[in-house]
Amino acid sequence: MLDATTTEIKERSALRINPAKTCQPIGAMYAALGIHGCMPHSHGSQGCCAYHRSHLTRHFKEPVVATTSSFTEGASVFGGLANLTQALNNIFTTYNPEVVAVHTTCLSEVIGDDIPMIIKKTKEEGKIPEGKHVIHANTPSFVGSHLTGFSAMTEAMVKYLAESTGTPKNQVNLVPGYVDPADIREIKRIAAEMGVKTVTFPDTSDVLDCPQTGVYEMYPKGGVTVEELKSTGDSIASIALGHWASHAAAELLETKFNVPASLLELPIGVSATDEYVDALRQTAGVEVPASLVQERGRLLDVMSDMAQYVYKKRVAVFGDPDHVIALTRFLVELDMDPVFVVTGSHGNYFEERIRQILEKQCPTAKVKAQADLFELHQWIKQEPVDLLIGNSYGKFMSRAEDNLPFVRFGFPILDRMGHRYFSMLGYTGGIRLIEKITDALFDKRDRECAEEWSELVY
Amino acid sequence: MTETSCESAELSAEALREEMLKAYPSKTAKKRAKQMVVNDPDAIPEVGANSRTTPGLITQRGCTYAGCRGVVIGPIHDILHITHGPIGCGYYSWLTRRNLVKPVNEGDTNYLQYAMSTDMLEEQIVFGGEKKLKQAIQEAYDIFQPKAISIYATCPVGLIGDDVHAVAREMKEKLGINVFAFSCEGYRGVSQSAGHHIANNGVFKHIVGLDDTPQTHPYTVNILGEYNIGGDAWEIDTLLRKCGIHVVSTLSGDVNYEQIKNAHTAHLNAIMCHRSINYMAEMMETKFGIPWIKVNFIGADQTAKSLRKLAAFFESKELSDRVEEVIAQEMAALKPVREEVTARCRGKKAALFVGGSRAHHYQDLFKDIGMDVLSAGYEFAHRDDYEGRSVLPTIKVDADSRNIEEIHVEADPQRYRSDFADKKKRLEDSGFTFSDYNGMMVEMKKNALVIDDISHHEIEMLIKKWKPDIIGSGIKDKFVIEKMGIPCKQLHSYDYGGPYAAFTGAANFYREIDRMLHTKVWQFVVPPWQKDAAGTGKPNYSPRKDKREKPNEAWKKNPVATEEI
Repeated sequence: MLDATTTEIKERSALRINPAKTCQPIGAMYAALGIHGCMPHSHGSQGCCAYHRSHLTRHFKEPVVATTSSFTEGASVFGGLANLTQALNNIFTTYNPEVVAVHTTCLSEVIGDDIPMIIKKTKEEGKIPEGKHVIHANTPSFVGSHLTGFSAMTEAMVKYLAESTGTPKNQVNLVPGYVDPADIREIKRIAAEMGVKTVTFPDTSDVLDCPQTGVYEMYPKGGVTVEELKSTGDSIASIALGHWASHAAAELLETKFNVPASLLELPIGVSATDEYVDALRQTAGVEVPASLVQERGRLLDVMSDMAQYVYKKRVAVFGDPDHVIALTRFLVELDMDPVFVVTGSHGNYFEERIRQILEKQCPTAKVKAQADLFELHQWIKQEPVDLLIGNSYGKFMSRAEDNLPFVRFGFPILDRMGHRYFSMLGYTGGIRLIEKITDALFDKRDRECAEEWSELVY
Repeated sequence: MTETSCESAELSAEALREEMLKAYPSKTAKKRAKQMVVNDPDAIPEVGANSRTTPGLITQRGCTYAGCRGVVIGPIHDILHITHGPIGCGYYSWLTRRNLVKPVNEGDTNYLQYAMSTDMLEEQIVFGGEKKLKQAIQEAYDIFQPKAISIYATCPVGLIGDDVHAVAREMKEKLGINVFAFSCEGYRGVSQSAGHHIANNGVFKHIVGLDDTPQTHPYTVNILGEYNIGGDAWEIDTLLRKCGIHVVSTLSGDVNYEQIKNAHTAHLNAIMCHRSINYMAEMMETKFGIPWIKVNFIGADQTAKSLRKLAAFFESKELSDRVEEVIAQEMAALKPVREEVTARCRGKKAALFVGGSRAHHYQDLFKDIGMDVLSAGYEFAHRDDYEGRSVLPTIKVDADSRNIEEIHVEADPQRYRSDFADKKKRLEDSGFTFSDYNGMMVEMKKNALVIDDISHHEIEMLIKKWKPDIIGSGIKDKFVIEKMGIPCKQLHSYDYGGPYAAFTGAANFYREIDRMLHTKVWQFVVPPWQKDAAGTGKPNYSPRKDKREKPNEAWKKNPVATEEI
């Protein structure tokens, strides 16, 4: 397994090996699925759309429908206007969505297609039915990562659809970020528990975790509606979770409509969830209910029960920056040592923020943005760790390193099912994370320790 | 189930086709109409295959890069594959196809666990990416010292004008290893198919024929167009070995670089997936004189037929006897499971929309267990895969196909095997057919609906109107179909199961289809309160008081027995 990975590190400036990020358009497609009645549309050659749909489907095991402009050589030379116009006509006629969310690809960006102009022209030709919407985001694959693509499409929802009537609405905008439907459910549940009315966007719950009823719905009941998106300009505040995926949309609402934005990190673990709960309390002027205090107490109880098993364990973490930052905070709360922390995404803020989190707990930690899994694996080879946390691609490193305990976390998870139904966000999600971490450590011990140390009780 | 139930089981293929077309704008309907035909095996209608995908219709198709790097060359496990482009393409083609690999030779490295990319950024888009590509190749060489490095161009590379071939030549010279490149930008063709062709050309030009070590085995073949999904190539290899036939190379399932270099020394090319690799067979025949035949190891009956054809080619009584012995053994072993499954599955209906050969081949497995195929179509095949190679001279070469290089091949003055060509001639005269793919439609029933590049809308309508019992398709359709209460077998990835090739594989497939058709989950879809909406006012289940046992009383009744336990 990964036999060609050398312990010795040779400087690389051009070759990416085993990336810890992917490209912008998939993020835009995922965000668009969080609008009710929306058809994501990939403006480029059809392989992008096929790859993104396949990848999202493998993660969610749910229908992921999206259309493409299917560029051929001609479109690449003469521009994609004809393809997009034809596509929009076909989409509205055949699949009748409320919204088409167009995102670009490296191909259409290099050609320089002007999407707003094409949308305008198509509308003038009468090929966009009355009352239907086409929004767009520029998501060239050679800029940013899937996180920035997600952010761009989330921002586009505000750009194209948010309005202000001048009459404030007693509701809070929630921007949950590039998380799973189960996570969005949890974020919404906490707000509902506190009695806060929210508009959550994008919202993929009840879109990408639909029940088996024998009836297929192309546009499931979930997702933020156009009406709700319009109303975001009237909300009393926005709470955005995650610097990379969510903050831009909330900031735009603040700039455009004076909706004050609370820019938080993902609510993973104790203090980040506290910050989310407190932000809800302060912005909506509500009390924290006893039920949440109980949940919080249960998390602390599990932390104290399990403390001895995780204390000072060396952890390698990789994944998307919003996830990794929040997780690293929780690991520190658990007295663990996140010695290697990497993301594939760009942005100096990542390293700065992680170093700040680790300043006291683990000042010698190696932290790197724009890193890849090959390099992380080499670090692990040089200085072994006790635990690896990241997406499914970590499984090979785990196997290569003598079945290093490995917890799947983040995107994508292609070989386990729990992420689709059980959140790792909020206080209860924190309990699940501790369960996963201790299970991984215990499983290795139970399988591999000497028989005399094989014990019944932990 | 209610909304997707069969609205009219009697709806004819022609009527269903008309229904499907109604939803489209007129221009689209006109285009799609050519790609949807009602089959008549005696007078096969023309299918508008290998034409452009209609923008905006939800399609199964992928791109040229996927066909080249992902399908045909990707599985070669001991060369380094570097994707030149932004990160996505390299990332998505990383271990997502199940072309399994088991390096056996000393020093043989499996590089498929590594996704390598130049991770092109804005700077390279503006100023060109050749420098970064060269540097990436150098770094890859310094770290891994591979035997060969293969470069794949993605969409923006073609547009900004990076010359990947010049970079490859320069680095080949500099490093002293084989470095070659593919212009497989995603937009080059109408589907993956263009990528297959480009890949065939490159493998032929840059690898095949580099090692002339002659074969010592009397019966040698290459298996072309077999990618070892779920271990299929291993099943075929095991079976052929049992018969006494040696596989020189499999293109390109679990194959290494050395095997491909030497592939031109085989006696015969046997093609599994005609669509993706017929170019290679044709070029090898022209240059080296190696004839080719079509085989199919999917389905027990087809496997037996293919083995007999191979044996007939080698004209050896000993080999033929051995093959008959193996077929008899394998069929006997397969018989109980085949009969058991057939009893439960006979008469059930399937529809298959996949690939460039699988929608044909898998019909045979369904036929093995008495099932009917109502409708089938390929994702990216051409007319010859539907209608048979006899239509080849009548296929018009359109602008999209002209974009793909046809490399000029001539007979190799030293290495052309005229003895092979003579043998081919002799066998042909005695009725043996070479270069002989007849396509899917001749084997399908009259009035089956053939749909090329099926759209989401068409699949949905097919299910609603015809209600097949199972559909074979891919990951993008799987959960759409299953949400309608119909099981869907992924025939690209096999739903992470398999192997399904040869006899052992056939048994796996029969059991799998039996499981899928009869799994209990579907019977729970309608809850009891919906089945009995009026209700009786009483719960359907109440505890049986008379059966309840009290542990202490049981102990009193028979204390000795309890102690013994």
